Amino acid sequence: MMLFMLLFSRQGKLRLQKWYVAHPDKLKKKITRELVTTILARKPKMCSFLEWKECKIVYKRYASLYFCCAIEQNDNELLTLEIIHRYVELLDKYFGSVCELDIIFNFEKAYFILDELLIGGEMQETSKKNVLKAIASQDLLQEDETPQGFFEDHGLG
Amino acid sequence: MAPVRGDGMRGLAVFISDIRNCKSKEAEVKRINKELANIRSKFKGDKTLDGYQKKKYVCKLLFIFLLGHDIDFGHMEAVNLLSSNKYSEKQIGYLFISVLVNTNSDLISLIIQSIKNDLQSRNPIHVNLALQCIANIGSRDMAESFSNEIPKLLVSGDTMDVVKQSAALCLLRLFRSSPEIIPGGEWTSRIIHLLNDQHMGVVTAATSLIDALVKKNPEEYKGCVTLAVSRLSRIVTASYTDLQDYTYYFVPAPWLSVKLLRLLQNYNPVTEEPGVRARLNETLETILNKAQEPPKSKKVQHSNAKNAVLFEAINLIIHSDSEPNLLVRACNQLGQFLSNRETNLRYLALESMCHLATSEFSHEEVKKHQEVVILSMKMEKDVSVRQQAVDLLYAMCDRGNAEEIVQEMLNYLETADYSIREEMVLKVAILAEKYATDYTWYVDVILNLIRIAGDYVSEEVWYRVIQIVINHEEVQGYAAKTVFEALQAPACHENMVKVGGYILGEFGNLIAGDSRSAPLVQFKLLHSKYHLCSPMTRALLLSTYIKFINLFPEIRTNIQEVFRQHSNLRSADAELQQRASEYLQLSIVASTDVLATVLEEMPSFPERESSILNVLKKKKPGRVPENEIRESKSPAPSSVTQNSHSNHKFPLRTTNNANADLLGLSTPPSNNISAGGGALIDVLGDIYGAGGAVNNIKKFLFKNNGVLFENDILQIGVKSEFRKNMGRIGLFYGNKTQNPLTEFTPSLIWPADQEQKLSILLEGVEPRLEAGAQIQQMIAAEAFEDYCDSPSIDLSFKYNGTQQKINIKLPFTLNKFFEPTEMNAEQFFARWKNLGSEQQRAQRVFKAQTPMDLAGAANKLSGFGIQLLENVDPNPDNMVCAGIINTIRVQVGCLMRLEPNKQAEMFRLTIRSSKESVTKEICDMLVDQF
Repeated sequence: MMLFMLLFSRQGKLRLQKWYVAHPDKLKKKITRELVTTILARKPKMCSFLEWKECKIVYKRYASLYFCCAIEQNDNELLTLEIIHRYVELLDKYFGSVCELDIIFNFEKAYFILDELLIGGEMQETSKKNVLKAIASQDLLQEDETPQGFFEDHGLG
Repeated sequence: MAPVRGDGMRGLAVFISDIRNCKSKEAEVKRINKELANIRSKFKGDKTLDGYQKKKYVCKLLFIFLLGHDIDFGHMEAVNLLSSNKYSEKQIGYLFISVLVNTNSDLISLIIQSIKNDLQSRNPIHVNLALQCIANIGSRDMAESFSNEIPKLLVSGDTMDVVKQSAALCLLRLFRSSPEIIPGGEWTSRIIHLLNDQHMGVVTAATSLIDALVKKNPEEYKGCVTLAVSRLSRIVTASYTDLQDYTYYFVPAPWLSVKLLRLLQNYNPVTEEPGVRARLNETLETILNKAQEPPKSKKVQHSNAKNAVLFEAINLIIHSDSEPNLLVRACNQLGQFLSNRETNLRYLALESMCHLATSEFSHEEVKKHQEVVILSMKMEKDVSVRQQAVDLLYAMCDRGNAEEIVQEMLNYLETADYSIREEMVLKVAILAEKYATDYTWYVDVILNLIRIAGDYVSEEVWYRVIQIVINHEEVQGYAAKTVFEALQAPACHENMVKVGGYILGEFGNLIAGDSRSAPLVQFKLLHSKYHLCSPMTRALLLSTYIKFINLFPEIRTNIQEVFRQHSNLRSADAELQQRASEYLQLSIVASTDVLATVLEEMPSFPERESSILNVLKKKKPGRVPENEIRESKSPAPSSVTQNSHSNHKFPLRTTNNANADLLGLSTPPSNNISAGGGALIDVLGDIYGAGGAVNNIKKFLFKNNGVLFENDILQIGVKSEFRKNMGRIGLFYGNKTQNPLTEFTPSLIWPADQEQKLSILLEGVEPRLEAGAQIQQMIAAEAFEDYCDSPSIDLSFKYNGTQQKINIKLPFTLNKFFEPTEMNAEQFFARWKNLGSEQQRAQRVFKAQTPMDLAGAANKLSGFGIQLLENVDPNPDNMVCAGIINTIRVQVGCLMRLEPNKQAEMFRLTIRSSKESVTKEICDMLVDQF
């Protein structure tokens, strides 16, 4: 079971956090701080896995973003790397050549996509096609709505 | 710039841009506070906000929260969004609720109501949104509210596949916090049969759920094994085009495969059915075969997915530990990975091999890779990989390669990373102890450890080397010589001074004959380090000095001078001052004899599991014990050393605590207080027989240590030691309950006329025995002449206000004072004839215990204390023995012959001794015991 997933930049800025275990906010911040520091200090050719506290950390860097997952002792490290990769593929497909900015400005979408891939820290749907289909049908529901905010956003509301 | 967003909420995009443009942390905080004030006023304002505005503000709050700021409002607005008929508003509402879970009870009922409504929706997208939210929150509230709906959604025929997938994992999430949510009965089989579902996504999700259920209740879900094996087999043999989008970079359904392989690891053996077993083995072989095929793609994703399945298959093979062929193949495969280009693979291969090393089938196979592993330890660029290599070397170590591995680890330690030094030191110390055939090697290794990595050598390690040197006479001289040499280094570690100080204090005399290490030289060498050491080490050195006065009276004045110096205010440390003045006085007032008694050589330490091992186990839970399982199969080296006890007079010493202060430097360890009977097990763990003994005194005729008495309240362990006419017993009273025992009073039952023959001295004990605690009582005995029966103790105490009374026989039986006597056939028969009179002999015939166990009988006789004589009786089945009972007034020679009759399953026992009472007593003891 995945315990949590963190996305952060090379500068150590947290871009996305998803927790599959309940921790108080304070602990979450502490864990995040420690892990970001640990991982940023590692060199490029190093192993993608490390033992950390009671769990294992699997991480991978894509361009300027680090994707970092904590998994349980018995979980499969290599396949966790591929969960990360599948998520990156989904983001890439959805945003079209995803970059860090897409995730910053559309953080809620990044969450929605992740929820389609993993539930409760377990892989729910491994098929890329099926996840994208689910997201597309959500977007379809959205497009049916009237673009209500348009006037307010332009100071006309 | 802000236009990256695709859909509305331009205000949000502007806000995010503003934050990104902030030049400083302060500016960012300022901008955020401004926004928070704005949102707060909007939420509080008179103007009702429409859904869009609420969504926008809630989303901003979410963003602020994710930046790491606290958010304490907006929950109500988010909950309002849940019931919006616009999907995008609903979705943001759910996201906010999921991320900022709030246990506010007013809101939770509203949230639950909204979720209920969405679960009823005919649109699967709404249902999934609700399920995701339940899973994200995952609280008991959620479990209670949806314990009906979710299991129904999972197995109902009407549910769409996408909803089933979410429902399976949602249920799993709730099961983790509230296990009672899973309905039993007919549901079990319906859930198991999800493994047969047409839809791969459903199977993938359901397998995780079933895995968790199996962990909780393996019997009930046993039916999943057959289904899982056949599903796995179908996937593994499928071509990558068969599974369409569930094939990942040419690997068919890697996630499902791994989950199924994990699921199967919950059972051992995986299956009893030969057909299923054969199919599983075939499947595992196919996976191993595929690993040898050329890759279908150069992409790392392909190899990762393929190897993920392979590693999980190897895990299953290791877990089953029953197929030598598969284990060896797995080992070869991992061996190839050890020199793979990918660091990740090397790391995993080392880790996995650690487990293979603990299997008897593959241990030898793993050892073939020793060279490569040593190279990995030395050459890997990444410390976590080097760490794995160290772990593997530790796991693959055995008697055959110990010397080489320990040497390599020592070499590496000189340059090893600080982060892994401490653990390496422990490992080296354990290996050196465990596999030492020659204790000089062990001493060398530990001294090297201190020299190379003194800072990382913990107390447990240097305590242990001292224990071992004290318990092994043959190494004492060598140890003294070696530490003396080590101390000559201009800069030596404080731990070396401690070990050196202690060992020279005990055994310095063994090297004093050499003028290069004459008494004064030893003393000056040690004292040259004194001023550089911490108070604790100085205290130890002072003790060494007083021991020197005993060992080397000729340097008494030099030492007294030092004591004098430190016995006053110049020594700032009160403990040192006190020691110095007390030792000084002792050296002045005590006669040589008294001094010799007080400072007698330290008695042996009781043999027990190395305390270092415990430290390592604490550091690395889950790793060390596996290694131990294998160790227990081979004879433990410590058993070899156990006999050396008897060389010492009173080797009973309380070391209840693993960290007991062996050197008497600090306050004595308090009684080990732990829950249940754990405390006793620590001390007597190695000598426990098959428990449940209720004062079985007869057993103690043949052994000295074990559990003497046990009931629900109390356990009494015993350790005893005899020498000539003296004996000493340590009784360990362990309170097994959660309450203290009070008015705890043991009193001796031994009539005065008996006391004349065997005098008993009972040490006092504390009247209160705390819950789970253990106390020790020493009982000394001295035999003046032969006696019958044995003394007992009346133990009275109060437990929960009720008076309890127990009578316990003490294992001070006459045979304990036997001294085994060797003699040849001629001598034996001459004496046998001499002891032929009616009063001198006794004979009994009795039925043997079935099955008749001659080897066992011989063992018992040696335990009895009498010498078993070889090649005396012409009939090899007969056992003849000789011994002398030592008491102060009389010495009674005693001969014995035990003749088995295998057909009749009977024994004939004959005892002859020079004293009638002894003949009778010994005969009574031994009858019916074989």
